[in-house]
Amino acid sequence: MSDELGDIYDEHILDHFETPYHKGSCPGATCSHCDRNPICGDQITLQLRLDGDRVQEAFFDGKGCAISQAAASILCEHVEGKSLAELNSLQAKDMLKLLQVPLTPSRQKCGLLGFKVLKTILYSLDKPNPASGSPSPVPGSAVPS
Amino acid sequence: MPLNVLTSFPVDQIRQDFPILQSRLAGDRPLVYLDTAATSQKPRVVIAKLVEALEQYNSNVHRGIHQLGDRMTTEMESAREKVQRFLGASEPEEIVFTSGTTMSLNLVAYGYGRKVLRPGDEILLNEMEHHANIVPWQMAAQATGAVLKFLPLTQEGRLDLSRLDEFLTRRTRILAVTAMSNVLGTINPIAELARRAHDVGATVVVDAAQSVPHLPCNVVAEGVDFLAFSGHKLYGPTGIGVLYGRRELLEMMDPFLGGGHMIREVFRERATWADPPAKFEAGTAAFVEAVGLGTAVDYVRQLGLESIAAYEHQLLEYGMQVLSQITGLRIYGPDADHKGAILSFTVDGVHPHDLSDLLDREGVAVRAGHHCTMPLHDLWQLTATARASFAFYNTFEEIDVLGEAIRKARRVFRLPV
Repeated sequence: MSDELGDIYDEHILDHFETPYHKGSCPGATCSHCDRNPICGDQITLQLRLDGDRVQEAFFDGKGCAISQAAASILCEHVEGKSLAELNSLQAKDMLKLLQVPLTPSRQKCGLLGFKVLKTILYSLDKPNPASGSPSPVPGSAVPS
Repeated sequence: MPLNVLTSFPVDQIRQDFPILQSRLAGDRPLVYLDTAATSQKPRVVIAKLVEALEQYNSNVHRGIHQLGDRMTTEMESAREKVQRFLGASEPEEIVFTSGTTMSLNLVAYGYGRKVLRPGDEILLNEMEHHANIVPWQMAAQATGAVLKFLPLTQEGRLDLSRLDEFLTRRTRILAVTAMSNVLGTINPIAELARRAHDVGATVVVDAAQSVPHLPCNVVAEGVDFLAFSGHKLYGPTGIGVLYGRRELLEMMDPFLGGGHMIREVFRERATWADPPAKFEAGTAAFVEAVGLGTAVDYVRQLGLESIAAYEHQLLEYGMQVLSQITGLRIYGPDADHKGAILSFTVDGVHPHDLSDLLDREGVAVRAGHHCTMPLHDLWQLTATARASFAFYNTFEEIDVLGEAIRKARRVFRLPV
């Protein structure tokens, strides 16, 4: 399977896919967001427990391909203990680097779904929504939960 | 290749007609193209016809009083007649050139649906329809107060005809149905549906995008009122499609787009419409592509749809045999006797996108996703499926490659094969 296209299904990805880090519900989550890729239907919900401006715990849930699910697991592992300022400066290329595998443009959408959800949470924390405090489970809405 | 499959179909010779099938992918792997339901490959004669039109007589149709304009107009109108004969339509004026199936169905929903639908009228759909045969009807229903109904499907993915009387009633104004599901491959009994629809006074709109390239079609014998298909799925160019409509229906319909060519007279405040098909062909037509479509129709007719259908059925049966031997693989849709050469499936433990990516590494092109049928995937609680779709240029050996590539994908995911 290893050829010039690169092996994106390496042990790192498959381990995270098969045995994900913090998959499920985050006890005492302070914010969450859910989004899906309308093209392929992959779905990720990200829940964070913040203490001040630092992420204490990060959990994800979702369904989809190995890349989208493993990337969300890797993301959760990475963001714990980080400050919001550190996460604000996290860029897509950093996320792709964390995956350690070369992704084609079409698969980058899978690898970046969880990252996109994280960024939406960060934006909504940055610009508090007047409606915040009324949590909504609707995909596409980022609200404190 | 299975020993029990004997075919006289000259597939090796036919493959020579398709330049792309000679190409090599990364790793010097031959292309195994199993995505014809998304778009078909093009024979050399179609490509050559496009080049000929562009190099020798490119000129706007129905406009120029000069030699080039005359030639292009003649070529395009000849293509219209080829399509007319191909569909068994009574006259060429019943063939409207559009940009594709989606445009054709929108044209019917807008020009006919919005004209005839009244509040409370029913549009009968079903959950195997492509979004292109659902969303335009949702829009028409919203605009008119009509109501959408869905004929239930059976467990194996056929229309539940035992419940047709319950859903197809005097309230039904339009029955919109696919002739062949783009996911399940299900072949629907169009002639019977048309007869039953006409018995209650409903009009039948057929999405024939998947059926026209693979099964013989006769709109008059089957009693179809409207039928839509795309050139690019019929081994022709993109950007060109067809709406067949019975003449009296096209005549009473409103135009969809206003502009040049669709008018008889234009005054400052109003205009009158040209006769069909011009009434529905506003603006400059995709005339080069229309000419190419005519050649594609010639090509398919020369091979013969009966022979094509028989050979593709052998591919389907062999494909089902090969895939059904793979651990954890599930095929969706009815048995081979009730479907076209389309196999949608899932493999336990390997998401369809990962599967498609891994198959691509073996040179096998399939499609993964919801295939523009979210209601069907919701009904069966699937987020996505992988789809292998076959054409007369595919071989039994390619199906073996598919089977082996799926096994390899399971091994990559550390699953037993």
